[in-house]
Amino acid sequence: MAVASLRERAGRAIVIGLPYLWLAIFFLLPFLMVLRISLSDPVTAQPPYEPVLRRWTSLAEWREFLLGLDFDNFETLWSDDLYWRAALSSLEIALVSTGALLLLGYPIAYAMARAPERTRPLLVALVILPFWTSFLIRVYAWIAILKPEGLLNAFLLWLGVIAQPLAILNTPNAVYLGIVYAYLPFMILPLYASLERLDPTLIEAAQDLGSTPSKAFWTVTVPLSLPGVVAGALLCFIPIVGEFVIPDLLGGSDTLMIGRTLWSEFFSNRDWPLASAVAVVLLLILVIPIVVYREIEAQRWEAQP
Amino acid sequence: MSRRLSWLNVTALTFGFAFLYLPILLLVIYSFNASQLVTVWGGFSTKWYAALVRNEALRDAAWVTLRVGFLCATVATILGTLAAIALVRHGRFRGRTLFTGMVYAPLVMPEVITGLSLLLLFVAAGLDRGFGTVTLAHITLTMCFVTVVVQSRLVSFDRALEEAAMDLGATPLRAFLSVTLPLILPAVAAGFLLAFTLSLDDLVIASFTSGPGATTLPMRIYSQVRLGVTPEINAASTLLIALVSAGVIVAALLTKRSAHLQGRV
Repeated sequence: MAVASLRERAGRAIVIGLPYLWLAIFFLLPFLMVLRISLSDPVTAQPPYEPVLRRWTSLAEWREFLLGLDFDNFETLWSDDLYWRAALSSLEIALVSTGALLLLGYPIAYAMARAPERTRPLLVALVILPFWTSFLIRVYAWIAILKPEGLLNAFLLWLGVIAQPLAILNTPNAVYLGIVYAYLPFMILPLYASLERLDPTLIEAAQDLGSTPSKAFWTVTVPLSLPGVVAGALLCFIPIVGEFVIPDLLGGSDTLMIGRTLWSEFFSNRDWPLASAVAVVLLLILVIPIVVYREIEAQRWEAQP
Repeated sequence: MSRRLSWLNVTALTFGFAFLYLPILLLVIYSFNASQLVTVWGGFSTKWYAALVRNEALRDAAWVTLRVGFLCATVATILGTLAAIALVRHGRFRGRTLFTGMVYAPLVMPEVITGLSLLLLFVAAGLDRGFGTVTLAHITLTMCFVTVVVQSRLVSFDRALEEAAMDLGATPLRAFLSVTLPLILPAVAAGFLLAFTLSLDDLVIASFTSGPGATTLPMRIYSQVRLGVTPEINAASTLLIALVSAGVIVAALLTKRSAHLQGRV
């Protein structure tokens, strides 16, 4: 028995320890690195930041290292309004497109939940399939559609709706369109999950008691699907704030987003410390919706009897 | 609720799916266009596929991507399955809150942050950027997706089966291998495929963590797209879409089979 329990404990240690250790090293530790390098200064050397701690054991070196850290990068971010505009514009784009995603995704998810039970798995598979298909390719597909000599303009010209090709590509509108397109499955699936679980007898009961279909929808269906709405909104909002590929390929040079700013600080300006500081700010921005979400969740649990 | 759908619902579905599929469909159609212009149909042609095969840079990148994807999916499946078992089976353990957070955070973390932070770790550790670092980065990202997929399967799994095996004298490991694993295998396989396609698809994290000689296919596609739309990329995209669709269909069939098995037990 003693041998068995020893084995069991060893098994438990592996099952928990291995993924735990992996995530601690490759997910948690890197954040500490970002934090530390956001306090450093850029230099033209390898690695391109200083101070660098070369000897862990020397106390004098530690002292020098700690004294070399400062908040210069954050002061730069604070005083240069480029970063302010990038952060605000990211939030604006994320908010507007999350709203658009909700307006578009809700009717689709609702119709899916109302579809005959046998066809539902097929509909879910049809929503998931584009999500598995390359993100990059799906964004890229829009370039050929939106560019001045692209398919959409050719179609509109042929219809006679417009006389001149519209400039859509490289504008904020193209970014919104690309985001809504790319994130739609992320919005539909959580909405569908909560709408499908909804007991249809509740709506029938509301209608039996004399409420119109639209009143039953707003007073029964919508409140009960709220967890799905919150989950879908967060699942879209958080990655959209840090989005890089869509504004870079579909947006113009004036489409500011914080993910793109981070990218260009890193790849174009080779300023690793400043890029790290942008990452820290982006993380702080994202912590806010998560805290709000947890508050809502906590209140919901308390509200339940 | 198997009434017929109202016209409003049918409209929502039609419009929604048209929106989701039309761009992909157009891309596939125009990969067979003989003309280089999008708006001109120059007749059916497979010349862009031939050009694709001759394009050595794209071929090398595809090869790197497949190797990274396979290695990453294998390790991520093992780690992700272990993490799912830890979350479902080992109830409360010390640091569970942190563990749960670390499993779910990468799912929504903006890729620029994950990429940058991993790169900084690799540089600080003195690792040369290349094949190995991309693979490590992709494992970290994709294992969490595997965990979510396997976890949802384990939650609905009847524990009594495992306990019966152990009552009959099987060690926990033996019970896992001969009872639990076969039953959750479809979810594990689906997790593997998901990890593989995510790795295949990633541009941002790969751009940060890759080095010379390990340019992945999305990185190559991205740099070509930045230079201008080329029909070769349409052909490459079509092939990727076909590959992924095949994978998803296999995964769907596996899941269906698993539901069937579960129903029998």
